[in-house]
Amino acid sequence: MATGTEPHPQRPGGVHDPSRAAIAARHLRTDRWWLSPAGTAAGLLAFIVYSTWRAFSNADYYAAPYVSPFYSPCLAENCVPMRGGPNLDLFGSWWALSPALLILIFPLGFRLTCYYYRKAYYRGFWASPPACAVAEPHASYTGETRFPLILQNAHRYFFYAAVPVAGILTYDTVLTFRDGHYAWGHMGLGTLLFLVNIVLIWAYTLSCHSCRHIMGGRLKHFSKHPVRYRLWGWVSRLNARHMQLAWASLISVALCDFYVYLLASGTVTDPRIF
Amino acid sequence: MTAYDARFRVWRGDAEGGSLRDFTVEVHDGEVVLDIVHRIQATQASDLAVRWNCKAGKCGSCSAEVNGRPRLMCMTRMSVFARDETVTITPLRAFPVVRDLVTDVSFNYAKAREVPAFVPPEGVAAGAYRMQQVDVERSQEFRKCIECFLCQDTCHVVRDHEENKAAFAGPRFLMRVAELDMHPLDAAAEAGLDRKRAAQEEHGLGYCNITKCCTEVCPEGIRITDNALIPLKERAVDRKYDPLVWLGSRIRRRSDSDPR
Repeated sequence: MATGTEPHPQRPGGVHDPSRAAIAARHLRTDRWWLSPAGTAAGLLAFIVYSTWRAFSNADYYAAPYVSPFYSPCLAENCVPMRGGPNLDLFGSWWALSPALLILIFPLGFRLTCYYYRKAYYRGFWASPPACAVAEPHASYTGETRFPLILQNAHRYFFYAAVPVAGILTYDTVLTFRDGHYAWGHMGLGTLLFLVNIVLIWAYTLSCHSCRHIMGGRLKHFSKHPVRYRLWGWVSRLNARHMQLAWASLISVALCDFYVYLLASGTVTDPRIF
Repeated sequence: MTAYDARFRVWRGDAEGGSLRDFTVEVHDGEVVLDIVHRIQATQASDLAVRWNCKAGKCGSCSAEVNGRPRLMCMTRMSVFARDETVTITPLRAFPVVRDLVTDVSFNYAKAREVPAFVPPEGVAAGAYRMQQVDVERSQEFRKCIECFLCQDTCHVVRDHEENKAAFAGPRFLMRVAELDMHPLDAAAEAGLDRKRAAQEEHGLGYCNITKCCTEVCPEGIRITDNALIPLKERAVDRKYDPLVWLGSRIRRRSDSDPR
């Protein structure tokens, strides 16, 4: 007994092309294929909403000795003075908006063009495809062959920019070994959070596919470049966890910022370890 | 040894049309989907067309879609399905159907012919090729490919857009380009053949949006996206979109700008 398909149903093209098996359904998957893209979209959306609020708020981003990673380095004159902190007044007084907007362009661009995030938002937001073997809703597709998506090829330049930003965040983490009166040799709960965050930030940054290529992937003969081969091997091991590191570092950076917000707004006080 | 009756829906038809037909078939412990298809052939539909060969996941013949997922039927155990579940088996949905579960995969052979073959190095006799393991191991992963074309079938670039077939080689053959470009003895550059540029301009690498379905369905576990397609994209960036690499090649006066 047949169970409900007609020859060449719906619009032609794709899985409904007249030459292909006549199956009306866009897909026949029976598992919860929608769960992964829905979870990805929800997670990214939550971060976008949170980071937009924090980036534009221009407040509660410094509570000695902690500076929010969203505002570091702080490149405008309207930044809160941070003793020994990342005040780099490159833009002067004309910049009246939140100083976070000046620096967030770089990590944002790095993550936006990242090979993992591309997969995540192409699937989660653009449904291209929503999941494997689930037909996408678009009538045409040109991928990354045209503007603006051809700009994804600039990923390595954002990697170059992300490295000094990670360096400055490392400096900020060192500064957290002070107390609220800037005396060295102390640690608080925030120090631990910042330490975890900076390890994840570096792991995510160095596990980047462009980094893997630059370190040694572009070589034809590894045997002629033993040092670069070793580096490529290390980055490759990290690269296998790029997705996990992308999420872990995204969450940790938001957590650090939120912790600074709680401290700066007076909601909590930093528990000191020593 | 236990047996139970399971429900199946198998697509039957040809290019003129077709439908999913219901079958109830006895299933035994340890069987795979291909065993069930053979039992349907033997007991209920002797004219059911199916392509198969090794039954060991090595010939790549029995590719089909099981519950909507591209899979090798011989490597899909019945034990992964609940006993009361109806299992749906259809032909690959990215290629023209010939009959029942058999599709015309000649698109892939046409694409294979478009990739220029290995270029032998000058002055090295056949049989005198010597390569270090570290130099060939990247390419060796890609040589595990059994050409089941599941990656080609699941890739949305051609699965969902028939019109892209002319421009896009698909993950299997972009992986072939990567394999040759990483091959330590391939002398394509010396012969004037730029595989990196060709990947982008002739084989449609830019269409790939690295959503990793090819990697998900590969029965050999080849990390197609991470180890072939993304490195190839980075190599194409070297050649076409990175002014620093271009500048470096000018300064070093290296005509092909290829790192050795």
